[in-house]
Amino acid sequence: MEYVWPYANEMDREEQLFADVLVLGGGMAGCYAAIAAARRGKQVILVEKGATVRSGAAGSGFDHWESACTNPCSKVTAEEIANAYIHEQDGYSNGIAHYIECEEGWHRLKDMEAFGGKIRDTEGEFAGADFRDEKTGLLFAYDYENKFTIRVWGSTFKPALYKELQRQGVTVCDRTEATALLVKEEEGKKRGIGALGMDVHTGKFKIFTARTTVLAMSRPARVWLFDADQVGLCEFRPTQSIGSGHAMGYRAGMEFTMMEKSVQGEFSAAGRSFPPYSTGNNHNTWYAATMVDARGVEIPYVDRDGRELKTVRERYYPAKGQKFFLKGGVIDNPKYEYRGPETLAFDELMRRGYQLPFYADLSKMPEEERRVIWGMMVGEEGKTKIPVLQNLTRRGFDPVRHRLQSYGTGWQSAAFLPQERQLFGAPGGIFHDWNLETNIAGIYAAGDQLYASDCCGFAAATGYYAGRKAAASCGRYTLETPEREEILREKERLYAPLFVEEGMDWRELNKAIAKAMQNYCGGVKNDMLLRQGLELLDSYETDFVPRLACRNPHELMRTHEVLDILTVSRLILQACLLRKSSSAPLCFARSDYPETDPTKDDCFITIWQEAGEIRSRRVPKDYYGDVKSGYEAHNQDYREEAASYEKG
Amino acid sequence: MKKVEFTAAPVSSSVMPIVFDSSLCVGCGRCASVCQVDILLPDAGKGNHPLVMYPGECYYCGSCVMACPVEGAIRLRHPLMNQTRFVEIEK
Ligand SMILES: Cc1cc2nc3c(=O)[nH]c(=O)nc-3n(C[C@H](O)[C@H](O)[C@H](O)COP(=O)(O)OP(=O)(O)OC[C@H]3O[C@@H](n4cnc5c(N)ncnc54)[C@H](O)[C@@H]3O)c2cc1C
Repeated sequence: MEYVWPYANEMDREEQLFADVLVLGGGMAGCYAAIAAARRGKQVILVEKGATVRSGAAGSGFDHWESACTNPCSKVTAEEIANAYIHEQDGYSNGIAHYIECEEGWHRLKDMEAFGGKIRDTEGEFAGADFRDEKTGLLFAYDYENKFTIRVWGSTFKPALYKELQRQGVTVCDRTEATALLVKEEEGKKRGIGALGMDVHTGKFKIFTARTTVLAMSRPARVWLFDADQVGLCEFRPTQSIGSGHAMGYRAGMEFTMMEKSVQGEFSAAGRSFPPYSTGNNHNTWYAATMVDARGVEIPYVDRDGRELKTVRERYYPAKGQKFFLKGGVIDNPKYEYRGPETLAFDELMRRGYQLPFYADLSKMPEEERRVIWGMMVGEEGKTKIPVLQNLTRRGFDPVRHRLQSYGTGWQSAAFLPQERQLFGAPGGIFHDWNLETNIAGIYAAGDQLYASDCCGFAAATGYYAGRKAAASCGRYTLETPEREEILREKERLYAPLFVEEGMDWRELNKAIAKAMQNYCGGVKNDMLLRQGLELLDSYETDFVPRLACRNPHELMRTHEVLDILTVSRLILQACLLRKSSSAPLCFARSDYPETDPTKDDCFITIWQEAGEIRSRRVPKDYYGDVKSGYEAHNQDYREEAASYEKG
Repeated sequence: MKKVEFTAAPVSSSVMPIVFDSSLCVGCGRCASVCQVDILLPDAGKGNHPLVMYPGECYYCGSCVMACPVEGAIRLRHPLMNQTRFVEIEK
């Protein structure tokens, strides 16, 4: 049965909009960027493909705010934690962004509270609990001694941000996909002058002209993992975040790094794994749940020296002689220095006769630890309030009476094949300087679009920072009129699939790309495979892209996404070709260059396109210098504002 | 730009993530307006619940249910294969 399209047909219309600061992507990073610029009196436009009120990875919520080192209870400094992350990731880390997160994350949380988000236990729901600071009502997670990760009511955050955007007079263009960056060449240097896009309800074409631009469109997905039947479940991050920002950046000549890094899949609820946070486990949201084996025998927690912990309480404190430990988003199997309490290793459990399957058994935990995991964390964490907490409760699950099954050995609750890969755990992204400015002047980037990004605190802090820098440099730039020819070229590219009859569905192409990437850019890589992969993708581009067909702007948006996935896949293959050795921290294995992490390649390798050619350079891993002094040198203008957050 | 007529037809999927209870739904459309994946299309009939046009694209975030003013008017359910098992703790 055919339906009449419920929205107006405006594919023959164009709208031109002007801004001082243009923000692309309305997730955590984009919202904070827009607010920072608006606070500085700039005219701001925010372009969001979904609906800003609940869009992005954190749309429905999140439960941990990491690295809030400047909160009043914290016993660690921003410098300590930022450097620990850099060291933990063997230098393939974003020192600049991490330092910004550690220094300013708490400020953004206080902003959130002012906007109406809930960041502390104001009702005394957890009064007296070990993890609650009685004076401030803040709840901490992981390391109760050092108190730098805060448990938050993240489901209140996006609506609060949305309200604040409106209060600040930001023009929010929801249901609008950005599709291309407008770039101008000035004295041999590229400069951003705006972007193009399309209304995904009406098909109206939009031209955004701006002095400066902030990119906050998250990271690539559906590159190796695709399920045509359950598209929305095949990746961890939202369906529509597939790396458009990377694709348009790459097409415009933007510089990326670490794009050779991908990890064996960790999440795909369309197949190998269960919905995030819905299974018994003891990581992240569920840290430090009591785990039992099939017989109900408790699985021991041990400290970094293998010493068995006797009480639940000990799971939340550093080992003797250890200052702090790291847990959370990108921390998988930390170095001894940062390793916190953990259940015994799987192999050791097998040796000792523990029986599968394992379960989380919250009934064995102190009441407030149980309540904070099941009810607050599962509830406030992304995608848990309804699909996990409500649904399991409806099915009769009661954490006092039931054990919840675990399906693997870790928090992924799944076992993927080596070629089933994802950009996860601090993957590659846009390369930038201390202003979060890209190699294209006037274009800044934030959040998951940056290289080695990880979490909400990171997104909020870098978003605000990029917005602040973009506002500050506005005065240097004039509003430019984009070339008419460029606009017409983009319109032709965008609308083409609407004119194809009986063509190919976007899903067929996405599936073919994913299979190609599994075959030619899988667990083990070599030059021959990577080149053949590129050739295959080139043939998709020339022979099959012109056959793509669709019926309305929604399907057209999905089709554009696959075009972007194609671009990003090539970027990944090309980046892989540039690193002629293997690397453990980059999860990068080559059969033709098996030497692992040789000194000669101990650096960031960047990639960009220029005049149809691939360009690259090598940048020392510590290019940003000492993080604390680098930050201070670039942020004297923020000192007064920073001081206003230091109280309470 | 030449215009083409837009049409839509439900794209089949093996799963139905979202189910409405027509007797409870007031047709306010809030679920459709918050859905970041835009899988719901407003129904032309006034007071009707939206149509789940693209069920396979659902991200299962639950924002539609969170936005619904009437308890039970809209339900979200994971596919059968994703229903985690739990067991009674023996005394
Ligand atoms: C289920 C889940 C749970 C998580 N839990 C936590 C947690 O507890 N703590 C934590 O710190 N982190 C958590 N994270 C990670 C965290 O949510 C993200 O790192 C963070 O939200 C990233 O923010 P962002 O603004 O960079 O990207 P997003 O918030 O994803 O925003 C990107 C936005 O860009 C839009 N967009 C994409 N393409 C386009 C385009 N072409 N045009 C216009 N707009 C576009 C998207 O619609 C989206 O709204 C979780 C993530 C998930 C998925």
